Amino acid sequence: MISRRDFLQVSMAASAMLGASGFGNWARLAAQQKLTQDQLLQFDTFGNVSLIHVTDIHAQLMPIYFREPSVNIGVGGNKGAVPHVTGADFRKLYGIEDGSPSHYALSSGDFSALAQGYGRVGGMDRVATVVNSIRADRPDALLLDGGDTWHGSYTCYHTEGQDMVNVMNGLKPDAMTFHWEFTLGSERVQELVENLPFAALGQNIFDAEWDEPLPDLFPPYKFFERGGVKIAVIGQAFPYMPIANPRWMFPEFSFGIRDENMQAMVDEVRAQGAELVVCLSHNGFDVDKKMASKVTGIDVILTGHTHDALPEPVLVGDTILIASGSNGKFVSRVDLDVQNGRMMGFRHKLIPIFSDVIAPDPTMTSLIQEQRAPYKADLEEVIGQTDSLLYRRGNFNGTWDDLICDALLSEREADIAMSPGVRWGPSLIPGDDITREDIWNVTSMTYGEAYRSEMTGEFIKVILEDVGDNIFNPDPYYQQGGDMVRIGGMGYRCDVTKPQGERISNMTLLSTGEAIDPAKTYVVAGWASVNEGTEGPQIWDVVESHIRKQGTVSIAPRDNVEVVGI
Amino acid sequence: MNFTRRDTLALGAGATALALLPLRAMAQADPNAEMVGGPDDFLAGADAGTGDLTLTAPEIAENGNTVPISVDAPGAVEIRVYALGNPTPGIATFRFGPLAGAQAASTRVRLAGTQDVQAIAKMADGSYVTAMKTVKVTIGGCGG
Repeated sequence: MISRRDFLQVSMAASAMLGASGFGNWARLAAQQKLTQDQLLQFDTFGNVSLIHVTDIHAQLMPIYFREPSVNIGVGGNKGAVPHVTGADFRKLYGIEDGSPSHYALSSGDFSALAQGYGRVGGMDRVATVVNSIRADRPDALLLDGGDTWHGSYTCYHTEGQDMVNVMNGLKPDAMTFHWEFTLGSERVQELVENLPFAALGQNIFDAEWDEPLPDLFPPYKFFERGGVKIAVIGQAFPYMPIANPRWMFPEFSFGIRDENMQAMVDEVRAQGAELVVCLSHNGFDVDKKMASKVTGIDVILTGHTHDALPEPVLVGDTILIASGSNGKFVSRVDLDVQNGRMMGFRHKLIPIFSDVIAPDPTMTSLIQEQRAPYKADLEEVIGQTDSLLYRRGNFNGTWDDLICDALLSEREADIAMSPGVRWGPSLIPGDDITREDIWNVTSMTYGEAYRSEMTGEFIKVILEDVGDNIFNPDPYYQQGGDMVRIGGMGYRCDVTKPQGERISNMTLLSTGEAIDPAKTYVVAGWASVNEGTEGPQIWDVVESHIRKQGTVSIAPRDNVEVVGI
Repeated sequence: MNFTRRDTLALGAGATALALLPLRAMAQADPNAEMVGGPDDFLAGADAGTGDLTLTAPEIAENGNTVPISVDAPGAVEIRVYALGNPTPGIATFRFGPLAGAQAASTRVRLAGTQDVQAIAKMADGSYVTAMKTVKVTIGGCGG
């Protein structure tokens, strides 16, 4: 395990060293820059406003492992641009030494070995320590939660989000926006939102019937007076909820990017005297980049949804974009100097939450334990072990989904398996026990039924093309921010440069080696269907049963997807 | 004009929307408008440039059966909307009288699949402006 001193060298404060005098001035951060613990805690407080950003926690209350992707392809104007830079290229771009804590926290490569040394990340009691230390520097710092908070674990599922609401209330955020929260269903979301002691924001959350805003339930923005600065925080919920998630669960609500309304809101808050405009967004990074180029007057976009962790802000025009990772692995601090209604400079730090280095906040630890206590025995039950690194992130596949697809193929007796390309779900390293909690961390959702149905080869291709276009459409506004649907039992080739309908080829049934026949019918098992009335056992039960039979799982790297055009 | 079921749905939804927006109620979906054919029939050889016409539609439809769209063209006397990929592309004609407070209208349309939606506005001087937007209709799922 690393010492506290080593951790301090990790804290990516290079961007904090820069930007004090304005934009465009950052050189490469030296991630190896020596820092002391005092420096970390003091942050060299800058300007007059501090923002603290957490996002996409996915109900991960406890420390976890989380491997960043090795495949994250950018298309169109975003080809080769961050966050579509991974592994060694990422480290080179940011001047991060191989094997360093920054390597482990921010990039893929040698993950299992580094995880042994550096340990777990995250844990909301550690996050609380960081938030408290920032508040000690700047008592009126704004804490903003980008959403995907009330989803993703055993306890979150069984309490319908209440565990996360209780814990987050303990952190005392100032505002939040939303995505997976809506999969709790309209009624539950409204119940929770109405009782929140902080603002639930979404300029793009509309009434579906009349296509009108819902200012009482989800106001578009909220004003805060901090450090003598009038700050407007505008919320932007995930635009494609009724498409990416089951519309029937929240039929009263409509979303969309609605950048013309975003512009109207920015103009409105500026007219009301906002000196700093912050957008708390769940658009996804590339969508936010495009929105920043179209909407004028936003100073800071706190991005979310696509789970990217960037050690430096990305500048689009006069707007800075912050990417704070996922699963409780990072906290971003952004200090701003706002003078005469203008952002004059900033200092930023992406703080990785090394669980063995940051001391847990005892109050938060007990609050978390309180949520988990009723479920302790179920959570901790060991179902099996893994010989392999189990991870999810990556555009095409990950070993967790390979395992889930194996479970679907064998437990549901299918030819082909499909697992949704979501980006949440922590990792396990070789030698780890697989507990029930671990299985739920990568499968928990309110529509987890594992269906078994017949599909023609032609329809399977339609699905792959449709999902492929949600990722590889060159216009970010047509992307939904997930990854490719994971496939078991079938191989294919994907040309990311082609238009929809032409990306997918060479579809092959692996069990026979034969080409998929468009006219032939195949038995397909999958989960997370957006269709109402989907029937089948819950995916976590399917996976648990499969792992029990395996005892110890081994998932070798697979090459059933050939990607071309990168 | 022969109303298809699709047209009726679109116009019905539009009428409801208009009823709620009295300031915009000067615009009416004209039941006598000839929506046979496509943009070329409306333009009748004239060119349509880009100009002060805003067509608002979602990038990805939440429900392809009822996609909210709106058009706004200050100074227009007529705006037509076409779903270029539908079997019957003509969706709506909005005519604005001289007392119209705004040359804007909203309705909902049904889209057979991913396609371009085009609006064409005829201005008071007889010139045309056009705006186009691709609306994706997807089978959904898998959002991260």
